[in-house]
Amino acid sequence: MSKISIKDMNLWYGDFQALHGVSLEIPQNEITAFIGPSGCGKSTLIKSLNRMNDLVEGCRIEGDILLDGKDIYKSNTNVNTLRKDVGMVFQQPNPFPMSIYNNIAYGPRTHGVKDKKELDEIVEKSLRDAAIWDEVKDDLNKNALSISGGQQQRICIARALAVQPEVLLMDEPTSALDPISTAKIEELVTELKEKYTIVMVTHNMQQASRVSDHTAFFFNGYIIESGDTRKMFTNPKKKQTEDYISGRFG
Amino acid sequence: MEETQSKFTQKSQKRKFEQFGRTISFICIAFIVLVVLSILYFVISKGLSTFTTDGVSVIDFLFGNTWRPGEVGENGAPLVGALPMILGSFYVTLLSAVLATPFAIAAAIYMIEISPKNGKKILQPVIELLVGIPSVVYGFIGLTVIVPFIRNIFGGTGFGILSATMVLFVMILPTVTSMAVDALNAVPRHYREASLAMGGTRWQTIYKVVLRAATPGLLTAVVFGMARAFGEALAVQMVIGNAALVPTDLITPASTLTSILTMSMGNTVMGTLENNVLWSLATILLVMALFFNILTRWIGKKGAMKK
Ligand SMILES: Nc1ncnc2c1ncn2[C@@H]1O[C@H](COP(=O)(O)OP(=O)(O)OP(=O)(O)O)[C@@H](O)[C@H]1O
Ligand SMILES: [Mg+2]
Repeated sequence: MSKISIKDMNLWYGDFQALHGVSLEIPQNEITAFIGPSGCGKSTLIKSLNRMNDLVEGCRIEGDILLDGKDIYKSNTNVNTLRKDVGMVFQQPNPFPMSIYNNIAYGPRTHGVKDKKELDEIVEKSLRDAAIWDEVKDDLNKNALSISGGQQQRICIARALAVQPEVLLMDEPTSALDPISTAKIEELVTELKEKYTIVMVTHNMQQASRVSDHTAFFFNGYIIESGDTRKMFTNPKKKQTEDYISGRFG
Repeated sequence: MEETQSKFTQKSQKRKFEQFGRTISFICIAFIVLVVLSILYFVISKGLSTFTTDGVSVIDFLFGNTWRPGEVGENGAPLVGALPMILGSFYVTLLSAVLATPFAIAAAIYMIEISPKNGKKILQPVIELLVGIPSVVYGFIGLTVIVPFIRNIFGGTGFGILSATMVLFVMILPTVTSMAVDALNAVPRHYREASLAMGGTRWQTIYKVVLRAATPGLLTAVVFGMARAFGEALAVQMVIGNAALVPTDLITPASTLTSILTMSMGNTVMGTLENNVLWSLATILLVMALFFNILTRWIGKKGAMKK
């Protein structure tokens, strides 16, 4: 079943068209990977899914993006609710300059949770789900910027989970991390798909083939090929896809 | 072989040049340090002679509330209590800072978060212009507009702490605002993005993330404003009334350290008690300037550690 359907979408930054007639189904409780060379529009599409593109001046969109069958670009969409349902993890770990606890509690507080006990529970559950509880449970009052980059990234994942999203968007979540932290996050992502639908941008072909169930290959603002990851990596339909996956360009 | 050896051992042209530059800048720095130290020595030694040569007690000076240099009280001690001016200085400084801070932060939020376009096009040039206006102009405007205005509303002369506060408020507002703008600008974009991506509204993002991350910078801005208010002489002197009395309300004439200093400076003879106590007032100003300086450094350090 599709959690998100993108239908014939075009996107412009001012006069520059960054996405051309993109259509894609993103299945529920699975991991979809976006791959492709730099500047081909992966971040652009992922940011359209929670309307973070609204912040870019001159950004214009045509076509439909449906979340559970509802168009997220309809004028009566509540962007704040949408972003609560469709969480995001960025390339650079970006915890707030506050304690670990306050980082995780930020989202729930923003959405009106005040009860201390409830917040405590959410914080613990989110940190557990992000597989970092054991490492930080004694340091919840420590500044989140004082821990390692890999830990910070899992704090950011926990922070995103704390508002109970349905979809988790991750734009190159491991590209700033060392191999061990990367492995931890990959493992975590595979566990998270039980509960969440995950979209992940990656430049790492091994990562895409290891982690994802579906893959979409982008090139110059077009989706050249998309489908089951294993099939695409063993038997790509298009020459361009084959060249990219085998490392001949990009 | 020999040639290469000499090449390495001999000082190169560049090296010599560098040495020369170093020497020049060292001399300049040494000169500046010397000048600053001699000013400090001069002011402080003069200021202390009130207590050493003229035998005034420090307590009487700091906490005495009668300022009539040249006269002596019933117990024979000179009437040089600086409390009225010290209080006056603190009142106008604190009040104008309290008044300016919300305006400055609101203006900064507008310029950075709400409407950067209008902010850059309209507010920025206005602020830069306001910073450049000489203080005598502010004082003059205060004298012709604010003083009569306050006289009409509250009665009395119109001179006093309230008028001085208003003038200082306008004077420090641009400084505090432009420093607050810098503070908000320094907050990394990704903090805002993280908050918005979690479904935070614009106001929640500003209030809970941006202002919070910018707090050290905002505090520094306010302290800078306070330092400027504390040290401002001319404009304050024109509207405060210059009565060396302990302020009891905001609309009767009062005075500040700077206003009394500028008023009396030309009327005393070097070496007399009347002259020495003015240096003592100047010493207080100096110590306060130092205090504000240390405070901003301390805030900067604390903020840096938090980030
Ligand atoms: N804010 C913007 N304004 C104008 N053009 C933009 C903007 N953001 C991206 N672009 C352009 O849109 C195209 C797609 O960019 P995008 O960031 O989506 O690429 P990407 O696939 O994520 O690349 P990378 O792998 O380097 O992250 C690029 O040509 C880029 O220059
Ligand atoms: Mg990108």
